[in-house]
Amino acid sequence: MLSRIAESLFWIGRYVERADGTARILDVHLERLNHLPMEEQRSVAQELLAVMGARAQSEDFGLPELLNALAYDKQSATSIAGSLGAARENARRARETVSSGLWESLNTTYYGLNQHRKDVVGTYRFCNWVLERTAMVSGLADTTVSHDESWQFLVLGRSLERADMTARMLSTRDVLSAGMSWVNMLRCAGAYESFLRTRRAAFGDQHAAEFLLLDRLFPRSIVYALRDADECLAKLDPSAQRVGFINDARRIVGQARTFLEFHRTDDLMSELPEHMERVQKAVSQASDAISRKYFNQADELAWVGEVS
Amino acid sequence: MAAERTGAYDEMFTPGQEPRKSYGQVAGALRELSLADVTARADSMARTFLDRGVTFDFAGEERPFPLDIVPRVIPADEWTVLEQGVAQRVRALEAFLNDVYDKMAVVTDGVIPRQLVTTSAHFHRQVHGFEPAGGVRVHISGIDVVRDAAGTFRVLEDNVRVPSGVSYVLENRRAMAKGLPEAFGQQLIRPVEEYPRRLLSALRKTAPSGVDDPTVVVLTPGVFNSAYFEHTLLAGLMGVELVEGRDLICRGNRVYMRTTAGEQRVDVIYKRIDDEFLDPLQFRADSMLGCPGLVNAARAGGVTIANAVGNGVADDKLVYSYVPDLIRYYLNEEPVIANVDTFRLEEKEAREEVLDRLDELVVKPVDGSGGKGLVIGPDASKEELAALRKRVVADPRGWIAQPVLQLSTVPTLSGDKFGPRHVDLRPFAVNDGDDVWVLPGGLTRVALKEGSLIVNSSQGGGSKDTWVLADSPEVPVETLPRPAITVRERVSVWPVESNWRDSQKEQQQ
Repeated sequence: MLSRIAESLFWIGRYVERADGTARILDVHLERLNHLPMEEQRSVAQELLAVMGARAQSEDFGLPELLNALAYDKQSATSIAGSLGAARENARRARETVSSGLWESLNTTYYGLNQHRKDVVGTYRFCNWVLERTAMVSGLADTTVSHDESWQFLVLGRSLERADMTARMLSTRDVLSAGMSWVNMLRCAGAYESFLRTRRAAFGDQHAAEFLLLDRLFPRSIVYALRDADECLAKLDPSAQRVGFINDARRIVGQARTFLEFHRTDDLMSELPEHMERVQKAVSQASDAISRKYFNQADELAWVGEVS
Repeated sequence: MAAERTGAYDEMFTPGQEPRKSYGQVAGALRELSLADVTARADSMARTFLDRGVTFDFAGEERPFPLDIVPRVIPADEWTVLEQGVAQRVRALEAFLNDVYDKMAVVTDGVIPRQLVTTSAHFHRQVHGFEPAGGVRVHISGIDVVRDAAGTFRVLEDNVRVPSGVSYVLENRRAMAKGLPEAFGQQLIRPVEEYPRRLLSALRKTAPSGVDDPTVVVLTPGVFNSAYFEHTLLAGLMGVELVEGRDLICRGNRVYMRTTAGEQRVDVIYKRIDDEFLDPLQFRADSMLGCPGLVNAARAGGVTIANAVGNGVADDKLVYSYVPDLIRYYLNEEPVIANVDTFRLEEKEAREEVLDRLDELVVKPVDGSGGKGLVIGPDASKEELAALRKRVVADPRGWIAQPVLQLSTVPTLSGDKFGPRHVDLRPFAVNDGDDVWVLPGGLTRVALKEGSLIVNSSQGGGSKDTWVLADSPEVPVETLPRPAITVRERVSVWPVESNWRDSQKEQQQ
């Protein structure tokens, strides 16, 4: 298949997942943010924006600005509207390859972006709507596109972005330590019920973080998402070597996954920030490596504004 | 948003129409909104409830439980008193039930007549003479309280059998946080989300002795029960199985559930079935909801049933009238929250007075719940009163009478207008044997019909989110203590990064 098409599909996967993750993060944190006093709200809003990979433009960046930056700003690839717009743009460039179901759902989503009130209450609804739409888009992608190379690229993008988003989700804990409970953390990932059923009476920070980071069966956990990405990469390039990997992306993803899976620790919480940082770095490196190998373009799209 | 004045105590406004201090934030938030906004939000809250399946079953139909947009706010100092009062009552009832199913010292000491206990419809001889495994009878209770015209809290009834409604407390808070976010800012409202965890830990703590990792289940009558939503929510939030009677088997005084991996022992059953249906060997033989042998298993100490079988005797409204005495008798304390004045119709003078004043009083059946069978004198027709008179004379043990209370009011959105509506409050308490924990707030039920005093959901009642304000920031926010790690001084466990080509070069050199 054409590199250009493959790239579009890869990015549709990433953008849609990014919109989904951002909506989840925003939905849960908004509640918390809204309860904070003014000054604190402002600083937390800025830090939250930094976790999502953008920098505040001005000093008085507060809640309304945050809503705009993460939800409605169509110019920014960090925001939900921006990601969904970009996903639709990518689908338009690959219209002859994507199924009409997938294209139409993305297009309808794009035109629905404006029909929401941009205050706090409106944003709750907006986030819900986005979750519904992204679920629909990925459902249609899974059921109306042949699971050939093109679909593998889409899933690859989705899995990488999912690992990245869960990492960011877990990083937001540091920002909102005041009252940001692990219950909300799990709700954020839609993992609350699964977690309760798995862990029963074992509650707490450590277990929740472990679940989102290391669980082998929960689809939004980082290990699960990285494994998905690994499998896609293996299917895209089935050439088997006797020793090592020629494919950079596979090496990066595999290293990150195995490190997490086999890492043993008694104090996950204090290591968490490092894990999160490394996962995000691995994702962006893997994305670069995939671009180099398959898309072969000098000017590649990268995650905007890395803030360390 | 003006509240009309009624004779009742209004929780939001002082008699001078000024919002009380605790309601300042709520009043401010509502003032900022136009009426269209408020109704739009109320509509969307109702839709969310339907979407999420937050319903109760009414005559075979799933209905959303109406949530009003104006929350009820309880200031910290008032709550402290209520909390103590509720916990005290639970401790007294626990002691009473232990006594009633044992030596009946309370009867011997002349605090309460023996006949009263033994004639109670829910006094079950089947569970006489043993202490339940775990030693707790009232694990979960809902003590209904109301505020009279002077604003004083009074206990209206005790529910220590199967109190329901806590799921709405949890769901209401979630809905309000999204529906009226403006009112939350800048004030500390005590969270309610820890309830399922508290409940689970209390249930696990009261498991039969010798079980290391107790298995807890919620026993539901099934999908047609009016509180089925609550059963699913609690089981889900505790992460335990929701079982029906047919999923359980008793063998050798142990209880097992049928799972795909064979039979698994059950140690604690959170029972959401009425006692009469629990065990066809002991109670109604035609019950398909329960599981034969449960009561014997409980007697043998092989399983904990929460709440214990036979608790209904403490719910009896005639026993209720003795609870202040029971508190003095068992705890040697004065009751923190008073009862509503109650006429015991078995006493001749009281009965005569009541029969004379039937049109001024509320008459209730002693074993009713959900407002069933209750007659409000001033609202009743002549025929109804005549029928009531006959029934009271025929069975004086079966009825009590109370003065009509002007329940306190809270402004409530009805149609496109706010008006005062009467409310009650059901705080929930969880007893783990050592400690009685009262969920901050509880379920505020509101009579949506103007002037109506009946708040039951089956009779046109709705609910309000109930906020307990925290007096100091130390008390509330549920943060687990965690080590303060700044991004800089953290540990490093990942391998040091370097480009693999670089390290190759080094090796070549």
